[in-house]
Amino acid sequence: MTVSPPASGPDVVVKSRASRAKHWTRSAAAWLLALTILAAVFAPLLAPADPGQLTLNQLQPPSADHLLGTDALGRDVLSRLLFALRTDLMLMVFAAGLPMLIGTLIGAVAAYFGGVLDAALRWVADIFQALPVYVLLIALVFVLGPGTQSLLVAFSVLGWVVYARLIRTEVRRVREQEYVSASYLLGLSRTAVLFKHVLPNSLRQSFVYLATDMGMALQGIAVLSFFGLGVKAGTPELGAMVSEAQLYLRSHWWLATFPGITIVILGSSVAALGDRLRDRGEVGR
Amino acid sequence: MTSHPLLEVDGLRVAIRRQDTALTVLDGVSFAVGASQCLGIVGESGCGKSLTLRAAMGLLPPGIERTGGKIRLSLQPGAAPSEVQAGQVAGRGLAMVFQDSHASLDPTMRVGTFIAETVRRRGGTSRSDARRQAVELLASVGVPDPKVRFNAYPHELSGGMRQRVAIALALATDPRVLLCDEPTTALDVTLQAQILRLLNTARTERGLGMIFVSHDIAVIRQIADVVAVMYAGQIIEIGTVSDVLDRPRHPYARALIDAVPSIDGPVGPFRSVPGSPPDPIDYGSACRFLDRCGHRDTACEGVVNGIDGREAGHRSACVHNGTLAHGLEAT
Repeated sequence: MTVSPPASGPDVVVKSRASRAKHWTRSAAAWLLALTILAAVFAPLLAPADPGQLTLNQLQPPSADHLLGTDALGRDVLSRLLFALRTDLMLMVFAAGLPMLIGTLIGAVAAYFGGVLDAALRWVADIFQALPVYVLLIALVFVLGPGTQSLLVAFSVLGWVVYARLIRTEVRRVREQEYVSASYLLGLSRTAVLFKHVLPNSLRQSFVYLATDMGMALQGIAVLSFFGLGVKAGTPELGAMVSEAQLYLRSHWWLATFPGITIVILGSSVAALGDRLRDRGEVGR
Repeated sequence: MTSHPLLEVDGLRVAIRRQDTALTVLDGVSFAVGASQCLGIVGESGCGKSLTLRAAMGLLPPGIERTGGKIRLSLQPGAAPSEVQAGQVAGRGLAMVFQDSHASLDPTMRVGTFIAETVRRRGGTSRSDARRQAVELLASVGVPDPKVRFNAYPHELSGGMRQRVAIALALATDPRVLLCDEPTTALDVTLQAQILRLLNTARTERGLGMIFVSHDIAVIRQIADVVAVMYAGQIIEIGTVSDVLDRPRHPYARALIDAVPSIDGPVGPFRSVPGSPPDPIDYGSACRFLDRCGHRDTACEGVVNGIDGREAGHRSACVHNGTLAHGLEAT
């Protein structure tokens, strides 16, 4: 007796409503982020006015001349917003990227060579993780004095530990892989093996965390600037813009609303990107 | 033709460190490999086959170390082998092909780049030259479309193709002796034959010495000239392929060979070796096969050493070497 094969229909991948919603959110986030980056890159072309130029048209509501209105010093809010994107995106990348660079180097070297280095790293990492990050961040920037440099120094000093921990676990796993032993057999030195074979295979987790961390850095920068501890006064920056708008919160809504919304959109887009990376990583495993 | 061997391993001893005691797991292993010669090492799991290769390469896992013995390698063609330190020979005379090419190739590197960089490390090769040599190497190991495959990542290749790449990678260091740690075990039989042919070609064309570790006796028969049988960290019998595989003298070698069912022979129950190899803690001075052997007597409880595989001829560590030889064949 023959068994007829099951009727083959077209391969329909049924997606649940939740997964479709997730997909939609994420592609929206990706588009928003891409748009923001483009806006930041082309800010000098897109901005209708010089973001620093003072005029006598103070506190104008949104109009055809000033799409998002003007602030208390008569500066065009749209122009300031576009230039603020530049400041914030740049700071965001460095405030997360520098700690990653430093932490990854320290963690990888310590984990790979082991011994005293590794023990020392674990000890230092434990101490750092016990400290309240935000409080220290504020304290550190306060001590160093406001400005871009001290912001980045503060983020690096406090942020490297997580990256060092992440990479430590991965390096310890990867260094036991056969292709690592095999590379020694091809005549590579230990250092060369670390940078050519161990590190590239250990970075996945760190990049996932980097995406999440960028979102947190963005908020951190905005918060610090809001308290006047971020960028130098006058520099267009989203948190600083919201801060300057405080006085006019009831009377001139556009001053706080637009930079505020931008922070929310940017922050959640970056976070969604991080989620996406994380899920990809899990599938790839 | 020189009579110098390419690689000489002399009284190799390897121990596992445990707090303050050392557990000897390779106990005075000696052998030599000449140009274009292939030494096969057989034995059951845990007898020290792979460990021997790794110790020779200076690639012992943490906690395991070499406690004695010398490794001599002929670094120039025709030169007598001179003593080398562990770790010195990697990429400079010795190369290794592993069992699992999926694990032994870096997943984040394009295979061609990997080979080209290995070629360059030998020095005196320009980037474009190394690239051309890498493509040639890929072609020589039978990778079709080597120019296209150059840019492939390991996961994009099939198992057989990956093993070819792994061999090309080993050959890229221009080794004098190639150590093969069960390179065909993970492949199906047709591919096995192809890879064995490939290794044989490389051996004759380049005058490579080769050590081939396997527990597949049929594979050893195809590729090796000389076979060493290992048991519990010692070489217990060595000789030419036909001597050892057709006329084994050591009861363990006999049992090992008999355990492989033959398609030509009479159909019968599988003949396994009763018991299991001793724990390294229990290695004594007596014959280590004692408890599983059907030919034991009081002589076996005296000092029985592994044999020195560097000497020529068919030799076995069994104390009954001479007298048993005939009786064993009849089994």
